[in-house]
Amino acid sequence: MSNEIRIRTERERNWREFFFQWEWILVGVLLLVVIINSSISPYFLNFNTFIRTPATFLDKGFIVLPMMFVLILAKIDISVGSTVALSAVIMAVSYNAGLPMPLAMLLCLVVAGLGGAINGWLLIKFKELSFVIVTLSTMIIYRGIAYIILGDQASGGFPDWFSFLGWGEIFGVPFILICFVLVAIAFGLLLHRTTFGRSVFGMGRNATACRYSGVNTDRVVWIVFMLNGLMAGVTALFLTSRMGSTRPNVAMGYELEVIAMVALGGVSTNGGIGRVGGPLLAVFIIGFLSYGMGLANLQAPIVLVVIGTLLIVSVLVHRIRFQSKKKNSAV
Amino acid sequence: MNIKKRLVFTESLRELGLLLFIIVLSVAVQFRNPAFLTLNNINSLLTNTAILAILAIGMMLVLVTRGIDLSIGSIMAFTGMVTAITVARVPGISPALAILEGTAIGVVLGMITGVLVARFDVLPVIATLGMMNVVRGLTYVVSGGRWISSYQMSTEFKAIATGRTLGVNNLIVIAVVTYLVFTYFINHTRTGRRIYAVGSNPAAAEVSGIPKRRLIFLVYAIMGGLSGLAGVLWVAKFASAQGNTAIGYELQVIAACILGGVSITGGVGKLSGLLLGTIMLGILANALPLINVSPFWQMGIQGVVVLAAVLTNVMVRRNTERTALRRRAI
Amino acid sequence: MSEAPILELNGISKFFPGVRALEDVKFDLRPGEIHGLMGENGAGKSTFIKIITGVHSPDAGEIRIDGNAVTFRNPMEAQRLGVAAIYQHVTSYPDLTVAENIFMGHEKTTSVVRRINWREMHEEAQVFLDQLGANFTSRDRMGSLSVARQQIVEIAKALSTNARIIIMDEPTAALTQHESEELYRITEGLRESGVSVIFISHRMEDIWRLADRVTVFRDGHYIGTWGADEIDQERLIVAMVGREISQMYPKRSVTIGDELLSVEHLTRIGFFRDVSFNVRAGEIVALTGLVGAGRTEVCESIYGVYPADSGTVRLNGEEISPRSPMEALELGIGHLPEDRQLQGLILEWEIGRNITLPSLSHYSNNGWLDEAQETEVAARLAEKLTVKAPSVFTLASALSGGNQQKVVVAKLLSRSLKLIILDEPTKGVDVAAKAAICEIIGDLAEQGYGIILVSSEMPEVLGMSDRIVVMKEGHVTAHLVTSETSQEEILNAAMVVKTPATATPEGGAE
Repeated sequence: MSNEIRIRTERERNWREFFFQWEWILVGVLLLVVIINSSISPYFLNFNTFIRTPATFLDKGFIVLPMMFVLILAKIDISVGSTVALSAVIMAVSYNAGLPMPLAMLLCLVVAGLGGAINGWLLIKFKELSFVIVTLSTMIIYRGIAYIILGDQASGGFPDWFSFLGWGEIFGVPFILICFVLVAIAFGLLLHRTTFGRSVFGMGRNATACRYSGVNTDRVVWIVFMLNGLMAGVTALFLTSRMGSTRPNVAMGYELEVIAMVALGGVSTNGGIGRVGGPLLAVFIIGFLSYGMGLANLQAPIVLVVIGTLLIVSVLVHRIRFQSKKKNSAV
Repeated sequence: MNIKKRLVFTESLRELGLLLFIIVLSVAVQFRNPAFLTLNNINSLLTNTAILAILAIGMMLVLVTRGIDLSIGSIMAFTGMVTAITVARVPGISPALAILEGTAIGVVLGMITGVLVARFDVLPVIATLGMMNVVRGLTYVVSGGRWISSYQMSTEFKAIATGRTLGVNNLIVIAVVTYLVFTYFINHTRTGRRIYAVGSNPAAAEVSGIPKRRLIFLVYAIMGGLSGLAGVLWVAKFASAQGNTAIGYELQVIAACILGGVSITGGVGKLSGLLLGTIMLGILANALPLINVSPFWQMGIQGVVVLAAVLTNVMVRRNTERTALRRRAI
Repeated sequence: MSEAPILELNGISKFFPGVRALEDVKFDLRPGEIHGLMGENGAGKSTFIKIITGVHSPDAGEIRIDGNAVTFRNPMEAQRLGVAAIYQHVTSYPDLTVAENIFMGHEKTTSVVRRINWREMHEEAQVFLDQLGANFTSRDRMGSLSVARQQIVEIAKALSTNARIIIMDEPTAALTQHESEELYRITEGLRESGVSVIFISHRMEDIWRLADRVTVFRDGHYIGTWGADEIDQERLIVAMVGREISQMYPKRSVTIGDELLSVEHLTRIGFFRDVSFNVRAGEIVALTGLVGAGRTEVCESIYGVYPADSGTVRLNGEEISPRSPMEALELGIGHLPEDRQLQGLILEWEIGRNITLPSLSHYSNNGWLDEAQETEVAARLAEKLTVKAPSVFTLASALSGGNQQKVVVAKLLSRSLKLIILDEPTKGVDVAAKAAICEIIGDLAEQGYGIILVSSEMPEVLGMSDRIVVMKEGHVTAHLVTSETSQEEILNAAMVVKTPATATPEGGAE
């Protein structure tokens, strides 16, 4: 009855909050990495080198985008590396069996999307099962199928134009970078500007309340996992194009790198928190870092150590941050 | 008495089924290739399964507390590598000391995971995925990318895996001893039983004053220790330590646990079931080549078997719950 | 009778943010007595138990055991002084054996190597079980036992810690008649062996059969203590519900329209059976009964959360069977869930986002969100329901219980609905907010919504509703017209009642 109640609809600008964002730290770290890299190799800051470097690491960046959705849903998908291998192997084998290359590429995406959709379907139909066991099983199965198809052989011999995906440039900018930027924008909009993205955030916080509020929770899970698989297929395309051939053991350990990038990007493993900018910066941080370590002649294993440590440390930092200020929800 | 008998029967039904399956599988394989059930092959089957069996015990405890450990393959590689380097540098070192070294390193690595999970509540998947890669990387780092090969290892060290005690291969002996030790630990110590209590009802455990976090920490430390032990045995057995030793082996270990009836939702897991699950996997690995199935099928078959086991479990539980609801007097 | 009490509580108060759970409550327990504790849902019984068992510490007041003032920092300290509680939802280890459950935390070990002494543990457990007349063994797996048997294990566990004060929280709620008899026998056995029991129950029969004395709480206050032979059923009910059907619930005269919802023979196996009732437009139908009677489950089936196994639901004469809340909302059925914090709200979210969650598609263009419009709608709905918050960007967790509940109601109003199901809408909110919510409910009825009001509070049921459907143990036991009934009639239909004549309390404490 008391009509005096007036509820404000203007957001208060909080400058302190603006400056104390995780993304600024990431920007700092990225700059640091770039500076270190350029001190190792004077050619690094040359525009042509700088713009080409991302082509060496962006293939897995495509999975980072949907994996961000998966983590915001408070789940994890560790089957993506296997999905990349399976879809790449099927593409190569079907091409060599006479399928036209464009159709083989389409098949690659379909297989990968199906792989993700199966994960989603299992999670919906068997709600008792945790995402860990479901994606662990499919991780074994998908790579297992890749081995059944190809044994320890490699398969390749793709048409020349296929290498454009991984190596091509448009006005000096790598094709893969252009694709990545476009896909990243699409996923960013999907997360922050659509009802679907809103539902994903809500389900990460409280899936029960979302179901009671009429959100189609099953569909959200299914689509997120399907997208995750689909993007693994995109990764398979670019990876295969860069390597020129594929074998069942490709993309081993991609799940770690991808999850590390998402976690470093400030997406909470407890779900509900994350912004597209963080993981994007993290893709470039870890990418440039690996590249720089290559410049410094450090072997790949050290990169493993660094990435593993980054994953653990960033999760730890977020846990401590989360515990100290539970109130700030950055959606 | 009647009720009790029926319960015991249902509980052992799963193990009975597994045993039956193992027998049928063995007979079928034997039919295809008579070389299967020879003393020689059985000995090699058991030798090959010994390491898996040791690791499965640790993994069972981890799963019982509702966790998972993906880092054990890497820990095996690291401890194996460090031990092999030690053996190469100090040829006179006693095998027992080498085993101790590997185990100790494993315990330390497991303790790191334990702290992350028990103290900081990091999800077990995340913590062990991180550890898996850190430790794998460190393996390459300490070895400088090189292998330690057979000729660099002393005969005594290799005898850990090839020698015999009382006519039985040492690996089998070690596995049996480990089983006996853990049978005692799980069934006859308070700590062992309380691990199951924590997995069965974590909330209740906390209220009744059971040190939940300390037990979870302990479980990962044990897992690390067993991985360390297994790493040394692996290196002794294959007489070579490499950077990619036991890569992906954690999946087989988890598969053995799930086949053996260990519940991934915690609280449930028996050593007898575990043993059957391990042997089942061992037979699969041993028999497939014997009946001319390409080794490349092994991974896929294992994956399908695991998923099938998990899904069957869910179905059975749903069925039980439905029956219970029907019996409710409403 | 005037023996020194073994347990005595005086002036106990306990406050939670926005809720006054207990205020100046007293209680005393004599050695070897069974003391019934009664009160409606929300009367403060559970908080009271948690204070005795050391789960909560009181904000004011003192606890004395054997005449000495004590403070418990944790449940273990209470246990050490001989207090044990047997909760309604059994807190056991389903995967372990009975003996292990009994001795968890104080296992029997051999003296030298600290090995678990299984033989001794099983023998001793069996002694307890035999003493309690159990017909199962210490080696059975806890999870394979019925609830009644699990309770016996919990009692054995209490005995194994040498408990002198055993609290039983609605132990008979989930038991059959026969199983209850068994429990009575056991409880009387405990009394004979000198243990004092606090027995909490909704069932009159439990009290007449067992209790030496009975204490009643209402709305967090102490109402009184009587010898079981000094008070009759009617007076006890009056003590529990109070007489003040206050001016809080001004029933408005609303023209009632056509039949909106009709539920026929609705059954969900294991939860409710053969439930039939109907709701007309503009009508408030109260669905009442004890907690666990199946009211919430019926509502959740109508709302599509857990679809029913058989029976029909008709909305405006058309048969419907929503398989999810999403489908129910599309049909025009809204639902305010029982657990506001778990099912109703995303606490870490701004109230604006919470309000628009059920109707996101209304502010979107092919999936693209129009946040300006969304914010505007949210603000208008929040104002309409007088949510006390400075802005739509205030987090839901920062609001009081009553304002949180208003936000949940605002969520419903963001959709165009015909039928609104309200499951305990005033649970855990303060008096002022309660009045405001009741007024909103009245408004909604006036606007022509059909309303199902699930409530355990008699004044609310009698003050708000047009008709009353009473449920007991999964069945409908009465269809009543509010203006022609009384709380006694409702309670008689809701409770398992037997006349005191068949069960007189057998003697007091010596």
